[in-house]
Amino acid sequence: MSSDFVRRLPGGGFSQSRYSWLSRKFHVDVIILALLATICSYGLIVLYSAVGRESGPVVSQLFKLGVASLVMITMAQIPPVFYLRAAPWLYLFGIALLIMVLFFGYEVNGSARWLRIPGVINFQPSEIMKLVLPMILAWYFHERHMPPKAKHLFWAALMIAVPVVLVGVQPDLGTGLLICVAGLLVVLLAGVPWRYVFGVMGLALMAAPALWAVMRDYQQRRVLMLFDPESDPLGSGWNIIQSKTAIGSGGLFGKGLFQGTQSHLDFLPESQTDFIIAVLAEELGLVGILVLLALYILLAARGVVMAVEAQETFGRLLSGSIIFTFFVYVFVNIGMVSGILPVVGVPLPLVSYGGTSILTLFAGFGILMSIHSHRRITL
Amino acid sequence: MAEPLALKDHSRESQIFSDRIVVGCVLLALLTLILIARMFYLQIIQHDVYTTLSDRNRIQLQAVAPIRGLIYDRHGELIADNVPSYSLTITKERVEDLEETLAALGTIVEVSADDIKAFRRRLARRQRPFEPVPLLFRLTPEEIAKISVDRYATPGVDVEARLVRHYPLSALMAHAVGSVRRINENDLRNIDTVAYSGTNHLGKIGVERFYEDQLLGKVGYQQVEINARGRITNVLDATPSVPGADLILHVDAGLQRVASAALGAQRGAIVAIEPSTGGILALVSNPSYDPNLFVAGIDQASYAALRDSIDVPLFNRAIQGQYEPGSTIKPFLGLAGLVTGVITPDYVINDPGAYQLPNNSRLYRDWNWKIDGRGGHGLVNLQKAIYRSCNIFFYQLAVKLGIDRVHDHLSPFGFGANTAVDLPEARSGLLPSRKWKERTRGEVWFPGDTVNIGIGQGDILVTPLQLATAVAILANRGKMVSPRMLKSSSQLMPDSKQQPLPDIDQIASAYWDLVIESMSMVVHRGDQVWGENGTAWAYIGRDIPYRMAGKSGTAQIVEIAQGELYDADELDERQRKNAWFVAFAPLEKPTIALAVMVENGGGGSEFAAPIARKVLDYYLRDYEPTSERDTRADLVSKPAQQATLR
Repeated sequence: MSSDFVRRLPGGGFSQSRYSWLSRKFHVDVIILALLATICSYGLIVLYSAVGRESGPVVSQLFKLGVASLVMITMAQIPPVFYLRAAPWLYLFGIALLIMVLFFGYEVNGSARWLRIPGVINFQPSEIMKLVLPMILAWYFHERHMPPKAKHLFWAALMIAVPVVLVGVQPDLGTGLLICVAGLLVVLLAGVPWRYVFGVMGLALMAAPALWAVMRDYQQRRVLMLFDPESDPLGSGWNIIQSKTAIGSGGLFGKGLFQGTQSHLDFLPESQTDFIIAVLAEELGLVGILVLLALYILLAARGVVMAVEAQETFGRLLSGSIIFTFFVYVFVNIGMVSGILPVVGVPLPLVSYGGTSILTLFAGFGILMSIHSHRRITL
Repeated sequence: MAEPLALKDHSRESQIFSDRIVVGCVLLALLTLILIARMFYLQIIQHDVYTTLSDRNRIQLQAVAPIRGLIYDRHGELIADNVPSYSLTITKERVEDLEETLAALGTIVEVSADDIKAFRRRLARRQRPFEPVPLLFRLTPEEIAKISVDRYATPGVDVEARLVRHYPLSALMAHAVGSVRRINENDLRNIDTVAYSGTNHLGKIGVERFYEDQLLGKVGYQQVEINARGRITNVLDATPSVPGADLILHVDAGLQRVASAALGAQRGAIVAIEPSTGGILALVSNPSYDPNLFVAGIDQASYAALRDSIDVPLFNRAIQGQYEPGSTIKPFLGLAGLVTGVITPDYVINDPGAYQLPNNSRLYRDWNWKIDGRGGHGLVNLQKAIYRSCNIFFYQLAVKLGIDRVHDHLSPFGFGANTAVDLPEARSGLLPSRKWKERTRGEVWFPGDTVNIGIGQGDILVTPLQLATAVAILANRGKMVSPRMLKSSSQLMPDSKQQPLPDIDQIASAYWDLVIESMSMVVHRGDQVWGENGTAWAYIGRDIPYRMAGKSGTAQIVEIAQGELYDADELDERQRKNAWFVAFAPLEKPTIALAVMVENGGGGSEFAAPIARKVLDYYLRDYEPTSERDTRADLVSKPAQQATLR
């Protein structure tokens, strides 16, 4: 009550009220926008270097960022109540698409991940699931008491398992795991008792050999490569050796922007997409990495604040899941490029070249803004 | 929670949520710290390691092959040059399916199972991705054309060129210049691998071997920056290679052609030497082989065919074939007789057609011996003994000289030693001596052994090169020369380690004149009564625009240096005598000395002399008679008349 009162006073809380005004009127969050703009600009510079100082891909990426921004702002205008009501239908729609992929999926590199309407659109339904799964879980827990009971957890687990399995058999283990993480984050934030958490973790460890058995050949190799990339330096080990070499040779201040040899002489694979952090590390060094990490942390911090400020269970769980999932992407990408996680095609959020990842992320931030800007101020 | 209408406890839910958010933030901080720690480890602690890796990735030290020196004949005709050789390479990373590509290539060009096996071995050994690996070598123009047509359909398949040795004259010069061969495992142990890091070949035979260090050149290096596809993007530092020395040989390709053609299909050898320098003008060994076969690596079957041929084409008869010289040794023995005083120019014997040692029943026959006793040459002095090739005279002379003096007076002419400057494979023949016989056979020397030496048979063996050299020294009237291939070079050559042999200066000029004149009569003395013409006159002596000195030889064959098996049908032909003819011309100022040997050719004057004449005719085709020559001719005729008067 009192804080709200202060905010309404003229003068004293000027800046705060201007943010509120912008937030209330346009449903956008200025801090998120500023941080996104900063990270994306930083990323575009690295991309410009990674593609060999050609403007084409940079312009193309700018265009994609523009489209994604429009999507984000549009999604921010939609009241959270709409997402709450639409959640079950969106989920069913998403599952339907994933099943279609199994039958009509367009195959790239031995796994069918794409749905294709020729001449209209190519898209991966699994991307949609990254947002829709947290949404349905938030919807489910919104109606129920917290902390969730075992019965509710069973249904939540089922909701998670269906899309994860569907994506996993495409096969796209990496995306499947990330969708799973997004769902599990909701469950964690919903207050699942810790004994369940540790119980499941224990079970997962015991189930690991079984998981290993069902993994495809190339998936097993990727995991093995993590421990011993030198065993096949020209084959599966090549990527990780070269990216570690790029990062390590960068040192504290890097070789200088556009001066990276690993990337410009094509030793570094996927230098514009999944491995772009290695270009940054090589050219701008540890300092460049720390700047990027700081920006990510600020973005995550703002997201956490927005999640905490959300009033409804649905909004809180969804916001929290979105922002933590975002950071998990960051960790998984940098972890895999620097050789502490297996290589699982995850792009570096906001920096890697490509539209799909940007679109999903921006849509997520749009929902975050929507939840935050549509909240009732009066308590 | 038992009551059915429980209200949502908002504050409790808020509390749970906030707690979980805090846990999430702690985890987030933890993950961030892990990332920072990992980056710190890679970029600060392991920085040096990865800097080295990065440099090793992109910086490569590449050997730059020097261009091997070219070899020319004395008139600038190319004998050995370097031509591009094309090989087919596959870059594994650029082909879609290696097995399919190999199969597809097999339909375009011939790819054997061995080729594929060797290719896989090389593929497993490569250092980096995108390194092209050779599959086929020595592509023919047709193969290149076929592959080029299909290239767009098969990415990752390329044709690469590198310079390799080529001998445009093929078999003609094989025995004269030798050849380079591929470096094998054995060679690798003996050579400086750094010096050879840019090349796959080394000189293995002949001039190519002797001047290997000079021909090779110096390997260069370039430090290059390469990308992951192995393409050079930047040259950081370069030490250029130094091309090998170009060699100009004494050999005259035209003369070589004529000599080779004159021998035709007959087995034999011709060595022609420039007396003033010892330069080898022609060095023919027949049959020969195409040295280009060995440059790229010859296949087993073709090699076996060459190696096992009854005609031993790989054997260099000119410098390695050791034969009995026959009567060609006579002029040298004559000189030995004169200089030792055992005979004088006027010394005369009566030749009844046969010779017997005292207290020995064995009959040593002259070549015109007849059972009725009407053979022989009658009264014979040294001059007649040479132009009629009288055996009895030289039997007696050899016995009178004794083996020690024979040895001591023949060795200055290079018999029994390899005096060649740059022919490492040349053999030294055999000039027998008492010591030699005791050492090898454990027997004392018998006078009977000496008798046969008198007519160049028995234990004495010479190579065609040795005989040609001895004739060159004779033409020089004792001025020593060592046979050599190299005339000049584009670079400074190291000094020869060989001590030059001393000139033969104890022989009086009159003795040289006498022997040389007698040799000229072998060819030019004609239109006389029966039994008075030079032995070769009837075959080559008419219509010669120049004057020459010559000597025929006909030697029974004892061995051909290689112990090949005789085909029963060939037996007769291969037991025929070896035909020799040695000569130098023009008489007054010799510019060429030569030795011709026809294996199993028969009589020297009849079969070897015409070949020698063809070679001399070609070499002296621009010969202009001088007044000097006429005066010499007069000198020659006088003693001849004296001899007939006797």
